[in-house]
Amino acid sequence: MILESLSAVLEKNALIAAFAFVGILVWISYEISARFTRGHLHGSAIAIMLGLVLAYVGGRATGGTQGLADISLFAGVGLMGGAMFRDFAIVATAFGAELEALKKAGLVGALSVVIGVVLSFVVGAIVAVAFGYTDAVSISTIGAGAATYIVGPVTGTALGADSGVIALSVAAGLTKSVLVMIGTPFVAPYIGLNNPHAALIYGGLMGTTSGVAGGLAATDPKLVPYGAMTATFYTGVGCLLAPSVLFLLVRALV
Amino acid sequence: MVIYGVALLSFCMLVGVFVGDLLGDLIGVQANVGGVGIAMLLLIILSNLSHSKFTLGVPTEKGIGFWSAMYIPIVVAMAAKQNVIAAISSGWMAIIAGVAAVVVSFAMIPVLSRIGSGDQHDS
Repeated sequence: MILESLSAVLEKNALIAAFAFVGILVWISYEISARFTRGHLHGSAIAIMLGLVLAYVGGRATGGTQGLADISLFAGVGLMGGAMFRDFAIVATAFGAELEALKKAGLVGALSVVIGVVLSFVVGAIVAVAFGYTDAVSISTIGAGAATYIVGPVTGTALGADSGVIALSVAAGLTKSVLVMIGTPFVAPYIGLNNPHAALIYGGLMGTTSGVAGGLAATDPKLVPYGAMTATFYTGVGCLLAPSVLFLLVRALV
Repeated sequence: MVIYGVALLSFCMLVGVFVGDLLGDLIGVQANVGGVGIAMLLLIILSNLSHSKFTLGVPTEKGIGFWSAMYIPIVVAMAAKQNVIAAISSGWMAIIAGVAAVVVSFAMIPVLSRIGSGDQHDS
């Protein structure tokens, strides 16, 4: 009786329930990050990994394609994580980026963003081809996913890619994000990542915002703003280039 | 007013997505081309204009800042609604693509750093 009315409330207020649910999920993730990894693995990366695990559980439980959102109690997660809110939040992050600050970063900073997007896209696309993908839409989506886990789904949605391919692109971007977070402090001495100039280039080349923020925080917290500055532009440049110029290039080659 | 910030953000996104749709039609791709990127550029330009021409009030900035701060939670929700089952059936590809992208990008940092330090603008 109580359980029934509780689930009725959650289903009737799906989006609000999703806010509460994701809030708890993020909180647990940051606790895990602080307690078990001493902050080395960024809380946001753990939260996203838990999200993907729950999507797996949801998919197993229902046989649907919407992950956790296929379970009626969590339907709001589908709306909250849908394209509309996702794109809205992405656009909002651009507000933190100052045109002047990027101009000061110089040509190399801007260049590193474009090179970073193209480089990751090409590497991801080559891997996709190596694994037997032959259609331009899937190859581009996976290439875009190798850029970031945002550029992947944005590109995939724009090009009308299969949901499974979009999930792959998120997984590729997530692998990148986690590896950047964990790997940065270890490789930093070998790649000369110890000054603002290198941090700007690093942010532009890596592009994954949480990866860069976590990676630099674990290396030298003073470098965070420089890396984050260029990284802020990466997703925008990726969303601009991947579904347009880079996709057309792939289509011409395939 | 907070709503001014949210409305400005909405305006940028709608214009961006609209232009992205038009671009898609123009290129002949049945898709939205760079709509989100265009929206971001528009927001950057508008918010930078405002520093010299007029100032956004603090509540207005909060309206945008809130959604910027919701970015990670929304991405978490996005992860939770993905078709992971389908992804896992060819799992190694995603991991290899991600790892390869990181390795190549890391290798590129010293190369670009050198180009930068050759500049007369070096700090």
